[in-house]
Amino acid sequence: MKGILKIAFKLLVNDKGKYAALLVGITFAVFLMVQMTSIFFGILLKSSSTVINVGAQVWVMDPAVNNVANSIPLPDYVLDAVRSINGVKYAVPLYSGGALVKLRSGVFQSVTVMGLDDNSLFGRPELIEGKIEDIYAENAFVVVQDEEIRKLGNPHLGTDFELNDHRGVIVGIAKVAASGLFGIPTLYTTYSRAIQYIPSTRFTISYILVEPKSNDAILHIQEQVRLLGYQALTQEELMQKIANYYKYQTGLGTNILIMTAVSFLVGLSISGQTFYTFILENLEKFGALKAIGAKGRELVYMILFQATFTSLVGYGLGIGLCTLVIAIAKLRIPDYSANITYSTLAFAFVMVLIIAGISSYIGIRKVLKIEPFDIFRG
Amino acid sequence: MNPAISASELAKWFGEGDLKTYAVRDVSFEAYFGEIFFIVGPSGSGKTTLLSMISGILRPNSGVVAVDNVDIWKLESDQIAEFRLNKVGFVFQDYHLVPRLTTAENVAIPLILKKWDWDKSIQEAMHYLEIVGLKNKVELPPMKLSGGEQQRVAIARALVSQPDILIFDEPTASLDGDTGRRIMDFVKTSILNDRRCILIVTHDSRIFEYADRIMRMEDGKIVGIEKGVGH
Repeated sequence: MKGILKIAFKLLVNDKGKYAALLVGITFAVFLMVQMTSIFFGILLKSSSTVINVGAQVWVMDPAVNNVANSIPLPDYVLDAVRSINGVKYAVPLYSGGALVKLRSGVFQSVTVMGLDDNSLFGRPELIEGKIEDIYAENAFVVVQDEEIRKLGNPHLGTDFELNDHRGVIVGIAKVAASGLFGIPTLYTTYSRAIQYIPSTRFTISYILVEPKSNDAILHIQEQVRLLGYQALTQEELMQKIANYYKYQTGLGTNILIMTAVSFLVGLSISGQTFYTFILENLEKFGALKAIGAKGRELVYMILFQATFTSLVGYGLGIGLCTLVIAIAKLRIPDYSANITYSTLAFAFVMVLIIAGISSYIGIRKVLKIEPFDIFRG
Repeated sequence: MNPAISASELAKWFGEGDLKTYAVRDVSFEAYFGEIFFIVGPSGSGKTTLLSMISGILRPNSGVVAVDNVDIWKLESDQIAEFRLNKVGFVFQDYHLVPRLTTAENVAIPLILKKWDWDKSIQEAMHYLEIVGLKNKVELPPMKLSGGEQQRVAIARALVSQPDILIFDEPTASLDGDTGRRIMDFVKTSILNDRRCILIVTHDSRIFEYADRIMRMEDGKIVGIEKGVGH
């Protein structure tokens, strides 16, 4: 079998023009599919950045909330009610809202302000400069050092700014696991300062963050919160809800899906057609091999090997090209949201196998039909 | 003497009803080890169809083909492929060499199909290329060889698995007279032996002198079998 596959390999790679055309088709199909899906996953990851960064196990919110940026304020009694549920170790409020800050330069800049529970500072980020207790100081804010910090003029400890006629001072610089989707800087402060500085609605709690006594208690907490007319979701459930919103309610998912399908079809048609031409050009040779004594299944193995080998090489090149493009894009555009995940790779791999399968099916049908008698007839 | 090939009342037709056309009908003959047996006749006389049936490529509608006393059309399809691989060597009219492989790799194909080790197959192929006088061209692709050289590569490929039956389809059709004769001299002196039967289908009367026997066909039927000059 090894010898047959070596013949198949030489037939394939020694026809440099066809082989290159096959590789180009599959490489670009993989590149486009992975690029599209990684952008999609990048967007989904960034859209859930707050959930990831805060890291609470259970989030309580209004059932109508469909993404973390658009919270619906909760009445204060809900916090008390949640705290009284059996199985709740503790529950704290979280403020999440948008504001405009005026920099020393006079420039206005939108920011996201996260107001952490004054007592526990639950959900606080990891500081790389400054001390977290300084957040209790007058006008204190912690800024997140991500791609957006330059929009605040790259502040350092002590840099001040104006927020809704209040003075703000940077007392800490923090890092977070994931940066946000909308390309605006993030400031952390205490819950009480956040609602004092930022014009608010009657209710001010964006989310209630719950730490259950055990994982077994989560279902009970969710049920009790539901009876209150609100919704309690685990971190994973909330991320899934946000993902579903972007997938199904914004058109983003549909567009990405269409582009991915188009990429697949383009790759399939280029490589399928090229492979078919390759088989047609070698049909007489396959017929001669059959006349000499090759069995049908040996010719099938040869074609499957050729299709699989080409697909795997094209897959590797496509992934490499995609990684390179994303790396270059991230150098130039820090906000560029693309995230190659194992599921993206697996998805592209399955699609490539389908391309290989369909391409080889066309070839196999043709080769199995050729009769050695036709070789004699010329 | 045991015949190498025994064909009995072979018939092959294509189409059915009013469209039924006989390519070969009621053909019976025997060819023996150690002889060069020519099948000649005009185009459409059924030579190629007959050759295909006796070499295990085309199943006859009726009749029996026995090669070395084995009724080949009673074998399973895989066994027929094995039969072709082990017992029959083909030299096709257009040679059908694989342009993407070297000359040596082309010759080694039957051995590779027999699951020989790659390197050992190439070694053996080089030995046969030496026999056909192409020792110094083993690494070249077939397209870099002349027509006569390609013919010899095809012969080496047919010989490499040491078949009992060697089949040449119009071996001199694309060669000039001198080259054709040189090839036939080589076939007669170096390839033919007591354990081998060579069947040659040809139009080319210039090479009839190499035949031990000549079977003439017309309209799918045998019109005569005569002794050749080579006998």
